[in-house]
Amino acid sequence: MISDDFMVPEPVRVLRKQQELETTWTLELEPGGAGRRPFLPGQFNMLYMFGVGEVPISLSGDAGQTETLIHTVRAVGPVSNKLAALKPMDAVGLRGPFGVGWPMTAGEGADLLIVAGGLGLAPLRPAIYHVLRHRERYGRVILLYGTRSPEDILYAGQLEEWNKRPDVEVHITVDHAGGDWLGKIGVVPSLVPSLDFDPEDTVAMVCGPEVMMRFTVNALRDAGVEDESIYLSMERNMKCALGHCGHCQFGSTFVCKDGPVLSFDRLRGLLSLKEF
Amino acid sequence: MKNIAQIVCEHPFFHGLDGEFCDLVCGCARNVRFNPGEYLFHEGGDADYLYLIRFGQVALEIAVPGKPSVRFQTLHDGDLVGVSWVLPPYHWAYDARAITLTRAIAMDAHCLRKKCDDDPVLGYDVMKRLLPILTSRLHATQMQILDVYGTPEQPE
Repeated sequence: MISDDFMVPEPVRVLRKQQELETTWTLELEPGGAGRRPFLPGQFNMLYMFGVGEVPISLSGDAGQTETLIHTVRAVGPVSNKLAALKPMDAVGLRGPFGVGWPMTAGEGADLLIVAGGLGLAPLRPAIYHVLRHRERYGRVILLYGTRSPEDILYAGQLEEWNKRPDVEVHITVDHAGGDWLGKIGVVPSLVPSLDFDPEDTVAMVCGPEVMMRFTVNALRDAGVEDESIYLSMERNMKCALGHCGHCQFGSTFVCKDGPVLSFDRLRGLLSLKEF
Repeated sequence: MKNIAQIVCEHPFFHGLDGEFCDLVCGCARNVRFNPGEYLFHEGGDADYLYLIRFGQVALEIAVPGKPSVRFQTLHDGDLVGVSWVLPPYHWAYDARAITLTRAIAMDAHCLRKKCDDDPVLGYDVMKRLLPILTSRLHATQMQILDVYGTPEQPE
């Protein structure tokens, strides 16, 4: 039996709002009546706009601080447009956190290869915060980030900060750029073959558009990373977030309940199937 | 100091090439350098050389009427610049410009093509090295054309 608490959105206030990109904002929310809403890197909340609808949005803040909840939202539909239009002190409905997150424990002792595409950096950011907070538990940390153009780089300031750290390797690439961009140009999976890393001792965490993840998985497998060591954040059709409505069923998996983070050995053969 | 034969045969594109073949292709090679902003070649020009980057970064660009050129790929240490040298009528399909100081091996395309034609075993070996590069660039282009970051995959 599922408690009503998981089905009923709790009204919470927007504390702060920051524009990240042309159509992307980060909302800082109060955590709700309980005062704290602990989450794991990779989990998501359901955000409800009263009278409009509800969408799953990954937590993109630091799981080590639970004073506020951070969500980065791209305005692409009726609900996310309303979310993006929220102002400080406006109310939004909140359910969560839900789902299975990144393998932060399974990855301990191994090298981490974090591959993000576009807005896919948002669900990975809590994992990066966690790794940096517990840096001694992990081997090499390599972050590959790809996006459409230099103007579409999410969390650009933070990427720059991480890149300055001696214990994190950051590689950024864009699909296309003008002449003033002096960085790399090309798709993010093409960065994998040029890396000098030990595939047998690497755990890969990948998040981005599904096509980008498929190409990335191919590059990782070509490089010798085991299927069991490749983790993807799938975000297909999550509606109830409890594995009841069936909208997100993906083979024998319910993405909202068994994921959204799943190891590739569970997705093998399914990833290239057309959605049903 | 390394001689040109060592430099060519240690480059990832020719790495592992049979020693005799390596000596053969070295006859087509010379060292070149490009300053930042300098073009390796221009769209429509004769593809007389292929370039093997030893050090540096090269951008591939396409001119867009009325707008600044669009860069669609950068190539780095160990990469091959240009594939039109192997495809008749041997004309470049885009511009290539050094972004940073770039040191490369320039291979005379006429010379290399002739040696590949004269010795099909060498030619087949070179093609086997070229094909994975072409394939990976084709896959990258497919992903760029799909513009995967541009529009959401699912409606809300």
